[in-house]
Amino acid sequence: MFSFHKSSRVFTGVCSGFLLASMPMLGAAESVGHYGYGESPTEEQIAAWDIDVRPDGTGLPEGSGSVDEGMQVFETYCSSCHGAFGEGMGRYPKLAGGEGSLTEDRPEKTVGSYWPYASTLWDYIHRAMPFFAPQSLTDDQVYALTAYVLNLNYIVDGDFVANKETLPEVVMPNHDGFTWEDPRPVVQNERCMEDCKEEVTVSDSAAGKNLTPSTTGPLDEGITE
Amino acid sequence: MLGKLRRLNRDVSKIALEESERLPSEERRRFLRSGLFTAGGAMVGGALAGVAPKALAATQYPPEIPPWTRSLGPGVVTDPYGVPSPFEKDVIRRNVPWLTADKVSSISFTPLQHLKGIITPNGLFFERHHAGRPEVDPQQHRLMIHGLVERPIILSMEDLQRFPSVSQINFIECPANGGMEWRGAQLNSLQFLHGMVSCAEWTGVRLSTLLQEVGIKPEGKWLLAEGADGAAMTRSIPMEKALDDVIVAYAQNGEALRREQGYPVRLVVPGWEGNTHVKWLRRLEVGDKPWMQREETSKYTDLMPDGTAHGFTWVMEAKSVITSPCPEMPLKNKGICQIEGLAWSGRGKVKAVDVSVDGGQNWQQAQLREPVMSKSLTRFSLEWKWDGNPALIQSRVIDETGYVQPTLAQLREARGTNSIYHKNAIQTWKVNGDGSVVNVQLS
Ligand code: HEC
Repeated sequence: MFSFHKSSRVFTGVCSGFLLASMPMLGAAESVGHYGYGESPTEEQIAAWDIDVRPDGTGLPEGSGSVDEGMQVFETYCSSCHGAFGEGMGRYPKLAGGEGSLTEDRPEKTVGSYWPYASTLWDYIHRAMPFFAPQSLTDDQVYALTAYVLNLNYIVDGDFVANKETLPEVVMPNHDGFTWEDPRPVVQNERCMEDCKEEVTVSDSAAGKNLTPSTTGPLDEGITE
Repeated sequence: MLGKLRRLNRDVSKIALEESERLPSEERRRFLRSGLFTAGGAMVGGALAGVAPKALAATQYPPEIPPWTRSLGPGVVTDPYGVPSPFEKDVIRRNVPWLTADKVSSISFTPLQHLKGIITPNGLFFERHHAGRPEVDPQQHRLMIHGLVERPIILSMEDLQRFPSVSQINFIECPANGGMEWRGAQLNSLQFLHGMVSCAEWTGVRLSTLLQEVGIKPEGKWLLAEGADGAAMTRSIPMEKALDDVIVAYAQNGEALRREQGYPVRLVVPGWEGNTHVKWLRRLEVGDKPWMQREETSKYTDLMPDGTAHGFTWVMEAKSVITSPCPEMPLKNKGICQIEGLAWSGRGKVKAVDVSVDGGQNWQQAQLREPVMSKSLTRFSLEWKWDGNPALIQSRVIDETGYVQPTLAQLREARGTNSIYHKNAIQTWKVNGDGSVVNVQLS
């Protein structure tokens, strides 16, 4: 998935006792618990804060929610910003649509068209939504909302019930659309110093576009659209 | 006039002394203290009042003697926490109202055009919040480290500050800095085009120290950092980076972090995209795989023209920009001027910066201004004799890996115009005949 080509090469190449000793994790003077500061958390303390969910389903709690239930919760807590069908109100994000648009001039990146993992939807709604009251929903409500948003994107059927078994099974349409390794640097400019190009053409200018808020005086509160 | 004031001052003191002569010693001391203080206060007011009626000359330079030379100013602790001169009131962070739905999940930009060194003053450091700026009580705040570790811990902020600390100067840049300009030139301002980069001295505990204290299990290859804000911001960070130069920072330029910067504790992940520097840090979890959070899938991934996207593009590649002249700082005079700017690289030190005044046909090497530090803003300058003719000025950084900052055309060729993030192209400013400066793009 992801690897450190460059550093691992250095590592095997120069990995002598000297380098090992200077690596923080390997053979340094201090040992685990050297300082002994802080407290040991209880299982309960860890569980209450450990809210992350991974693509393999790790972290998903008990509970479940259906598409129908999700529609109701969505109307109550979500549609004012995201629209009844996830179409997005004003500048609030769209949650549905945009299938096949990623190669277009104006791609629409939504849960349906872009997101690689369904688990992320559960995790994010649970940790951060509704925007004005994060971490206020029950696990069942989050399951229901996840099912509903997936259904809005035609990823699951109307009778889908989300729970910790069914959710990791959902394969998102754009699951294979990502590479998880940084290809950069992909551009190699040359450090030319003289006669680097034949002609210089200005293709665009910000002059007269009137999009720039004021950079003097008080803050520009106005919406320029 | 001045003589009269001084005489008056002496007279008041004399009267006070004489008055006090008649009092018992204890009261006398108190009287003197309060009496003289009041007299002094009256003198300050009197001095200013005395000057006012005489109409002030329009200029206060030679041969005039300005009023601030002929009066007393407010005393110490008038501003117990100092603030900039009122004449600097325009030097503020600014936002682009049309850019985001609201100010709660939004961005503000550092006024780079006004900054004089490599350190961004704490009150001017750019902001990026996803759920506003929480008001975290440091007494109540805890950092929990758990997961694939031998000895999970919960640290109070006091506990954290007992560990050995380090300080390092690093820039933080939002990978969306300049992201509005992929398709064309839109904004005519250095602040709004490049102001999502700032630089500070960070003090805190090396993450490697903390990870060693908890003991990473052999399967522990990744780290999840989570914030305590309403976004509960999360990013996955590979262990190699976590053990390299990351710090768990509680101070910024010598004082506690500003609330906007994650008070009381944040991650600083040198050279990596700003979003990984999780603010209001409350949790670090060690795991065997990345978590694929919203901020590393839906956001902060780069869409390519073929419809595929690159994830985990953490490093901020080398970039530079001329900060003077710029749209906000036009040229006022013909003749010799100093072209100045900032350069930085997430891969290490700036090795060199070249400047062109003819749209990239010819380049001259600029001077780097010390200090030149790894993953820090670095100043450069080049003396230029402006003849009053229009010019296209650019800067191009080369970092210690040999990477040369690309042109916008090269970046577009490789990445299209929809990748939003990581637009580190050479910036072109057009200097007009009247000295005004405009953001332009070259084909
Ligand atoms: C007050 C407006 C508001 C409400 C109500 C709201 N959201 Fe959001 N939502 C937002 C904003 C703003 C963002 C982007 C946040 C950011 O910038 O990090 C967002 C982002 C999201 C995203 C991620 C979108 C993406 O493509 O990355 C999802 C999913 C989401 N909301 C689901 C929900 C659900 C489910 C509810 C109801 C429980 C809800 N939201 C309620 C404003 C709102």
